Amino acid sequence: MHILLRAREIPDIHKYDVYVKNGGYKAFEKALKMKPEEVIDVVKASNLRGRGGAGFPAGVKWSFIPKNEPVKYVAVNADESETGTFKDREIMETNPHQLIEGALICAWAIQATAVYIYLRGEFWDVAHELDKRIAEAYKAGYIGENIQGTGWTCNVYTHLGAGAYICGEESALLNSLEGKLGQPRVRPPFPAQKGGGLYGEATVVNNVETLTNVPWIINNGADEFKKIGTENSAGTKIFCVSGHVQKPGNYELPMGVTLRELLYDYAGGPPEGRSFKGILPSGGSGPVIRVNDTTLDAPLSYEGMEKIGTILGSASVIVMDETVDMAWAASKIIKFFKHESCGKCAPCREGTYWLDKVLDRIMAGQGSLDDIKLIETVAKNMQGVTLCALGDFAANPVIHTVKQFPEDFAKHAKSPENSKSKKPAAKQKAAAGD
Amino acid sequence: MSIHDKKYAERIAAQFAKYPTKRSAVMPLLYIAQEEYGWISPEAIQEVAELCNMDSTQVKSIAGFYTMYSEKPKGKYWLQVCTDLPCALRGADEFYEELKAYLEVEDGGTSRDGLFTVEHVMCLAACDKAPMLQCNFHFMENLDMDKMKAFIEEKRAEAKKHEE
Ligand SMILES: Cc1cc2nc3c(=O)[nH]c(=O)nc-3n(C[C@H](O)[C@H](O)[C@H](O)COP(=O)(O)O)c2cc1C
Ligand code: SF4
Ligand code: FES
Repeated sequence: MHILLRAREIPDIHKYDVYVKNGGYKAFEKALKMKPEEVIDVVKASNLRGRGGAGFPAGVKWSFIPKNEPVKYVAVNADESETGTFKDREIMETNPHQLIEGALICAWAIQATAVYIYLRGEFWDVAHELDKRIAEAYKAGYIGENIQGTGWTCNVYTHLGAGAYICGEESALLNSLEGKLGQPRVRPPFPAQKGGGLYGEATVVNNVETLTNVPWIINNGADEFKKIGTENSAGTKIFCVSGHVQKPGNYELPMGVTLRELLYDYAGGPPEGRSFKGILPSGGSGPVIRVNDTTLDAPLSYEGMEKIGTILGSASVIVMDETVDMAWAASKIIKFFKHESCGKCAPCREGTYWLDKVLDRIMAGQGSLDDIKLIETVAKNMQGVTLCALGDFAANPVIHTVKQFPEDFAKHAKSPENSKSKKPAAKQKAAAGD
Repeated sequence: MSIHDKKYAERIAAQFAKYPTKRSAVMPLLYIAQEEYGWISPEAIQEVAELCNMDSTQVKSIAGFYTMYSEKPKGKYWLQVCTDLPCALRGADEFYEELKAYLEVEDGGTSRDGLFTVEHVMCLAACDKAPMLQCNFHFMENLDMDKMKAFIEEKRAEAKKHEE
């Protein structure tokens, strides 16, 4: 069953006529006949949680927006830069009107004056197609002045980033939209508060997938939505499966489906003659898990992933088979975060630099067992002390990969005797703390 | 050469119409400037700064923050190959090595004919279609070296024809 990837059943649904023929914009018309607060109540009751990674309840976020401010915004997070994530792109390419409709319902619910869709710069082609879809909705009277005779005016615009993962972090996204450096802001105030959002106005920031669920919820009601998925994880989720499976791709399934079902029944299992070794259920930023019967039977839900020591996040499931050296995988991920650290806080900037450097040394066979302890210490010192979550994200691959797959690190290390004479560890530690 | 050229007027005006502040148009205008100059040249920075009512140092720091603004001239085709983890699990590192060898360039370098600049980049949200790359902001997916060689030779032939 597809709420989001409806093009799997209706291939031409990206076209305005086809979308409308299949019930498109009916939810928006229905919402416009409801009071804004009533719309928020339905979304709240549905337990729809944010699909951008943090899982915050969407309706609750909308209810934080002050009622009496004259200017308010919706910012759609289409930055999609997490390693292993490629779901928002498919939504925008194959079902763009449903995203636009969802964003408009959100805009009505908070009485926003404009919607900005922030796409990562690499989605150049996607953005230009989306502009055409927005123009169609405008022509049909769903965007612009006095929408459907309500007296309410709201415009929808796209904005292209230019290659910076950090701009997916909501406050960095707002800075980038304002033409400033795309670095996170100190909070509070939060984006939903006056003073914390776009141009200082209260702003809802929601992920593409989150908002694309909204028309379905308005059409079918909160109770129907809650029937899908698990108690704490309502609805479907798009799982982006990449790496060592027969059929990588996006799979939209009810939450609570097990990893085993996802990887074997849908993604076709491991490559011929091999077996799974490790999985990153939440892309590069979440903890890795070792594949065994317990983890394979874990349900893919917020609570199910927590139980096995990881997170659901944006559900970018990176799969690695027995041929993968997990130290190599960790070093790949660290290179990503070193490149993407915005440099604003020292523990993240310096920490990612040193993790990369020491991991390179380990991978080159020049590291010692002390070096493995060193990277753990550096990573732990990054946790919980940075302005945004990237610092924690970058610590995860090291801490959890070393914990789950110590043997993959140890095999690269030179013997302890060797390392004692060189003592590189103490020096690095001091420098990392700069 | 300038983004003040009439051919850009409509597009620039459309960008300014989107935002309540001029400064917000800095990113779209940098893209237009890059289209005009081929890279973010000092003239490009100056022109964008004037239009957006900003300091040129501010514009320069914005251009430097993002990877898609090119701070030096590049080949006609800018090939950004994803070598991030999911793509690497499906052969992207080997693919990139072969591509560099074929073009006889290092990471970040431009081929001798001046046509191709190659660079490795992080995840481009196409991990299920690895190996993949972005060529001047358009995705090319499910690649192998046969496809790349055909593409490169086609572009070389086109360039040669152009010269004649
Ligand atoms: C470093 C970092 C990168 C992020 N990247 C994205 C992203 O690419 N897309 C996204 O939707 N959320 C991303 N987020 C989460 C956003 O900050 C924010 O929580 C989200 O857009 C809220 O929308 P949601 O509640 O609908 O998920 C990122 C967060 C951090 C800390
Ligand atoms: S944690 Fe890293 S990415 Fe986040 S604000 Fe600090 S330096 Fe920037
Ligand atoms: S890892 Fe290459 S596109 Fe995602």
